[in-house]
Amino acid sequence: MSEILLQIDGKEVKATEGMTILEAAQRVGIHIPTLCHHEKLQPYGGCRLCSVEIESRGWRRVVAACLYPVEKDLIVFTRSEKIDRIRKLIIELLMAHAPDAFILQDLAKEYGADRDRFEKEASFCIHCGLCVRYCAEVKKKFAVGFVDRGTRKEINFIPEIAAKECWDCKECFPLCPTEALQAAYVLCQAMISSAPASESA
Amino acid sequence: MPRIESPAELEAFRNEILSKRDPNKPCITLCSGSACHASGSRDVARAIEEEIDKQGLSQDVEIRKTGCHGFCERGPIIVIQPEEICYLQIQPEDVPEIVSETIKGKKVIDRLLYTDPATQEKIVHESEIPFYKNQERLVFGSNGNIDPKSIDDYLAIGGYSALAKVLFDMTSEEVLEEVKKANLRGRGGGGFPAGRKWEGSRNAPEEIKYVIVNADEGDPGAYMDRSLLEGNPHSILEGLTIGAYAIGSHEGYIYVRQEYPLAVENVNIAIQKAEEYGFLGENILGSGFDFVVKVHQGAGAFVCGESTALMTSLEGRAGEPRPKYIRSNIKGLWEKPSVLNNVETWANVPLIINKGADWFTRFGTEGSKGTKIFSLVGKIINTGLVEVPMGTTLRDIIDNIGGGIPGGKKFKAVQTGGPSGGCIPERLLDLPVGFDELTQAGSMMGSGGMIIMDEDTCMVDVARYFLEFLTDESCGKCVPCREGMRQMLKILTNITQGKGKEGDIELLEELSELAKEAALCALGKSAPNPFLSTLQYFREEYEAHIREKRCPALSCKELISFYIDPSRCQACMICARKCPAEAIDGGKNKIHIIDQEKCTKCGTCFEACPPKFNAVKKISGEPVPGPVPEEERTVARKSKKK
Amino acid sequence: MDNERIDQIIDKHNHEASSLIQVLLEIQSEHNWLPKWALERVADKLQVPMTRILHIATFYKAFSLVPKGRHQIHICMGTACHVRGAPRVLDMVQDLTGIKPGETDLDLKFSLSTVNCLGCCALGPVVEIDGQTHGKMTPAETAGVLKSYD
Repeated sequence: MSEILLQIDGKEVKATEGMTILEAAQRVGIHIPTLCHHEKLQPYGGCRLCSVEIESRGWRRVVAACLYPVEKDLIVFTRSEKIDRIRKLIIELLMAHAPDAFILQDLAKEYGADRDRFEKEASFCIHCGLCVRYCAEVKKKFAVGFVDRGTRKEINFIPEIAAKECWDCKECFPLCPTEALQAAYVLCQAMISSAPASESA
Repeated sequence: MPRIESPAELEAFRNEILSKRDPNKPCITLCSGSACHASGSRDVARAIEEEIDKQGLSQDVEIRKTGCHGFCERGPIIVIQPEEICYLQIQPEDVPEIVSETIKGKKVIDRLLYTDPATQEKIVHESEIPFYKNQERLVFGSNGNIDPKSIDDYLAIGGYSALAKVLFDMTSEEVLEEVKKANLRGRGGGGFPAGRKWEGSRNAPEEIKYVIVNADEGDPGAYMDRSLLEGNPHSILEGLTIGAYAIGSHEGYIYVRQEYPLAVENVNIAIQKAEEYGFLGENILGSGFDFVVKVHQGAGAFVCGESTALMTSLEGRAGEPRPKYIRSNIKGLWEKPSVLNNVETWANVPLIINKGADWFTRFGTEGSKGTKIFSLVGKIINTGLVEVPMGTTLRDIIDNIGGGIPGGKKFKAVQTGGPSGGCIPERLLDLPVGFDELTQAGSMMGSGGMIIMDEDTCMVDVARYFLEFLTDESCGKCVPCREGMRQMLKILTNITQGKGKEGDIELLEELSELAKEAALCALGKSAPNPFLSTLQYFREEYEAHIREKRCPALSCKELISFYIDPSRCQACMICARKCPAEAIDGGKNKIHIIDQEKCTKCGTCFEACPPKFNAVKKISGEPVPGPVPEEERTVARKSKKK
Repeated sequence: MDNERIDQIIDKHNHEASSLIQVLLEIQSEHNWLPKWALERVADKLQVPMTRILHIATFYKAFSLVPKGRHQIHICMGTACHVRGAPRVLDMVQDLTGIKPGETDLDLKFSLSTVNCLGCCALGPVVEIDGQTHGKMTPAETAGVLKSYD
């Protein structure tokens, strides 16, 4: 694995080929906030909170640090006026769903985000995908997945699998930044327990 | 049909086909694209077959159901060869006369010809009709000469000669160089140089590579790809095979929208015939080159037109885009180098090979070579598909080909680039059409949709419409698009309903920046464009909606009222009878009054009031005048004097 | 449509998981909707998780997880049709049928959906019912056409 030299916030960083900006930054103690990232899971690139500005081959643009592979002579800015505006707005948009989530409240303080900027939405879920991806990639049970697309997207438990697996597992529960996962599970439990005997596993 | 095993055999076979065809034999060509089908061309086809049979002319007259001719406003279209007599808007009832008078009697039927609206002159030949005369139909022109279900027709016009030349007279490097020299830029929206994309894949150190046709044409109002794929599927297969040879790929995919059943059918037939004849499969034309093509249907998701989402869909998953930090021509379908290009891009390839890059670069501008097919739709007289050299001005397209705006209305804007594009106002109409020119004006070329809007179109509503479209089609994975668009749509909907407030425009601009900078894919990054471009050129409309609760175009339902002008109403009862909400009170000689509580703003009365009275008015931003007192409701009729 | 037919369709696509969408499209086209037992059969035969199939079946508009009505109404909401007044046609149809796009009425008579461009822009506004295209529709005319369906 060849060594790659890049610059993050003015600091010279040694990284290896195949690393992402996020991994390289973590190596040298530079903090980039994330929501949908988890060390045990493939990077997702959904929350965009880890957005950073890069300068490469004369062009300056915004990329997701959790996914962008390190390159020779890359210049990275983990904070800037633009980045801070982006992160503040992301937090405000998510707080329309889960205004009381601790992680969002902490981020709101740091970036000066207004908890009530947007009218509250009906669903708590912020679509970080941690539960879905953990169940698929780590537990390999596929008990919970996504359905639909866009603003109608939701997480959905498969009742037959959940009835068998979830009670003894629940490893995804602490991963959820909001109460959405628990709510979805409780709903599913209700469906299973009220179903006729012949249908459950 | 034994496979053709060499270029010599191909030419021999081609000559055999041509020798069996008499160029002087009368041939009735009938446009059989999906749009003409919708206008009734299937019934016309049946009528023609029956009439020819009835008059005993089956041996003497050819009937050919061709691909789309492009002049969709005037379909169904018949062109009688070899004289090139063009008849428009044909109904089955016209067929017996056509057969008797024109086929047998060699006489032209005036009432079925095109009439030039300026000179009232009748035009006989298709190519002289201004709609066609002002185009340069290099790619699309063949549609009218072939039956897309017939491979022999394609061979008769020189098809597959480019493939033979490539496989036997050119190395794969030479093919790549020719495409690079031609500066063919992607016709699907991105405008990326095809040669460079191909080169990246060619140089990638992988055994397995893929070539893909993006036929998931999703921009509403754009249907060029459908007509190309329906009307001339072999041209795309030939281009695709040439591209595969250039980069070293042996497997190709055509991803077609399932909403295009005729295109799916015709391309499947074309593949089957091409395999039979030896243009696909193993050892193509005896060259030793293998290449197979599979068709995959889309299932109703606009986002699958985005290249990484398309590839994810090909892999049998929900079409969520992937980050393009490593380009898909290096790591694409199944992580292998994949060249994905649009239908029209592939269709240009055989042309470039046959006639050469030097010829191709004679058309177009410095940065945009060749021609582009546009779908010219909306508030325009000649709706249809038009092909022009890059560099033609928008004004030329709209006036000289499109024939201008119907109903004597004033042009307002032309929307290009679909949901990723923007609106261009009247003062920029002398802009030459090209990738960079349109982008600089705040829009983009996109796939070629060109939607004309007139004075009755509300530009705020246009922005809202596109945002509604995009929120419906967003995959939902990333926050800037899913949440950002959600909020933008809410704000724009409020504005069109009279609930806009100060600060809305600034918030919309903030959300636009978020999407442009931080969204995961091109759909999200370009989603704010319709809003940003309408704000740039029509800011006064936004301000009127927000500050005055007024819609200048008199279009937004919640901001307009329908009102019958008592000084003009002649109490003819037409609108009262037609009103679906029974909201009009009135009688013979009694001035009609619209009950604003019942009115659903459907606009039926506005359409129904005879133009000579012109009594129904739309008003906005002001209260509806109070009703005329009962005593004054009798209509004062003008006395009839001889 | 039964398990045997589903197996046939899967065989035709060489048991490849990448053909999942093509398989579901065939089932949808023949059966007019995707019942749960059909999805379970596909999951079992192609060895793919149910979550993936459900995501696909809900992500793509072509699929329906509930039975559809006898008559399919598609209203084109493409830009050209929009500019020519399609939203008013949609309003009329919603009022008359009592359903919104994506829904089927309780009698299973009509299923309504909006389409983003049927490619017949010259005829806009366009309404397609059971595959039959009706062009240049006004709200009043659409009301008349709908009454003729039973």
